[in-house]
Amino acid sequence: MYEKNGEKYFVLDSHLHFWDASPENWAKGNEQYAKGWIECFHAYQGLGPPDTHWSLEHFQKYSVEDFEKDVFTDGYVDKAIFQSTYLREWYTNGFNDIRQNAALLDRFPGKLIVNGRWDPREGDAGLAQLAADHEQYGLQGVKLYTAEWRQGSRGWTLADPEARRFLEKCEELGIKNIHVHKGPTIWPLDKDAFDVKDVDIAATSHPELNFIVEHVGLPRIEDFCFMATQEPNVYAGLSVVVGGLMHARPRFFAKVMGELLFWVGEDKMLFGSDYAIWEPRWQIEGLVDWDYPDDTFSDFPRWTTAAKKKVLGLNAARLYGVEVPEELQLDAGEGTPAAPDDAQLVEGAA
Amino acid sequence: MITRARVLEALATVRDPELDEPITSLGFVGSCVVTDGGDVDVHLRLPTPQCAPNFAFLMAADARAAVRTVPGVGKVGVVLDDHYTAAEINAAIGAGGGFAAAFPGEGSGDLEALRELFRRKALLARQGRVCAMLLEGGELDHAAVAGLRVADLPDHPEVARSLALRRELGLPCQRDAPGLVAGDGSPIPAGDLAMWLRRARLVGLSLESNGGLCRSLLRVRHGVPDPTEEVAA
Repeated sequence: MYEKNGEKYFVLDSHLHFWDASPENWAKGNEQYAKGWIECFHAYQGLGPPDTHWSLEHFQKYSVEDFEKDVFTDGYVDKAIFQSTYLREWYTNGFNDIRQNAALLDRFPGKLIVNGRWDPREGDAGLAQLAADHEQYGLQGVKLYTAEWRQGSRGWTLADPEARRFLEKCEELGIKNIHVHKGPTIWPLDKDAFDVKDVDIAATSHPELNFIVEHVGLPRIEDFCFMATQEPNVYAGLSVVVGGLMHARPRFFAKVMGELLFWVGEDKMLFGSDYAIWEPRWQIEGLVDWDYPDDTFSDFPRWTTAAKKKVLGLNAARLYGVEVPEELQLDAGEGTPAAPDDAQLVEGAA
Repeated sequence: MITRARVLEALATVRDPELDEPITSLGFVGSCVVTDGGDVDVHLRLPTPQCAPNFAFLMAADARAAVRTVPGVGKVGVVLDDHYTAAEINAAIGAGGGFAAAFPGEGSGDLEALRELFRRKALLARQGRVCAMLLEGGELDHAAVAGLRVADLPDHPEVARSLALRRELGLPCQRDAPGLVAGDGSPIPAGDLAMWLRRARLVGLSLESNGGLCRSLLRVRHGVPDPTEEVAA
């Protein structure tokens, strides 16, 4: 919980990691990719405030105690969602697979939600594993990494026929929240690598599922925004948006926030720190203090206290059925968080 | 005699297909050496080793083609440094091959469709800035702006680049053509201008923030000074 100027904010960090990218975990023969991946992430950390930068060694592998301090003790986070990311071709034991993440559940009871993952290229075995993971961990969500390499393939899309089977399985098991990472380098290499069109197709075919586009398709936010106005079950995951832009490029950040608030709306935006790339503390403090820098932004929706409460925690709490203490809920007249129908409000504007 | 300045001038005509900015001002030219004999050796470096291979290839191929147009040039070498597909791209560029030759079986065609898509985005973004400029003073209302012809547009780099993009895309750009055009070359109706402008502004922001990320990462990775940096990190 974060408190500022008498207002209390329930914080649900919808996107963080507990990874091991130390050299001992680099897969033999693919060391350059394992090294390049974590160094790329480390460069991203450089976009945050200088006093939050870590050494590369610390960044490669941090302890449970570091995690507790950064996220819960100093970081104001009430509840956090682990987004499992396997990358087993690059990291022998996975970058942060579901077992690594779930190992922390007992240590922090009631504080963590672990999301699973699937990969349509794994076929029937993958479907069986998803069902087994669901049985063991009671999954409410998955993180999909469409750009992941596997046996010579450089990635896949949600529109692939094989992916449909997995989405149907999610519906059947009640795994409602589909977090999709939209990043670079996807096959085929000559196509637009950041394309979000496959999310559009999947969201239309599966209206019962929620699709949270992590990093809002950055840097191509326009494709994401135009899609999100048309699909009531598409949400904006703010990881990287806050960490990568709020400090390094405050003016860009203001424009991005304004556009997201206009096209997507405050009911469909979810805070995520993307820890350990960036610590949650400065991001949460900054978001609550943030406002548009000047009146050239007057035609964008306002960043109200209610909007802050929804984005920092209440929207994600609703998607994940997390109980929020009475005193941290919205006051009467401040609306309801994460209501899919609210998309109608901006739909006419598209 | 061929000079380094002349080669850099040629390289300045090469644009990042997405950002629609010269690779020279983006800091993507890591080094450029011209020998007394006129041989040229250019090294390109991108913000991260994971930059999209399609864009990386286009820039490297365009750079080689641009340098080869300099009169009196000898051997031309263009090398992409520190990229996860550098080996494939450099081999294909060196042999004058296309993208499909660099990644057999991993692409389904040439990159012209991708280039066109981003030309269209760049055009929308730049026209949006022109439109905002025209509305700024408050002297022209939406109907007046929508009615302008190319000949009425101010002398400004955004206007010049918009018209160049229109020419490249085969859209009308003669003096009596509409000042602002939709993707099919038709004028923007006055009643649609406000929402068209919102869209254009969003596309422009997308291109700008991408450019911003690229510059930030280049600074962090290679110590390249970033003239647009808002806050020293």
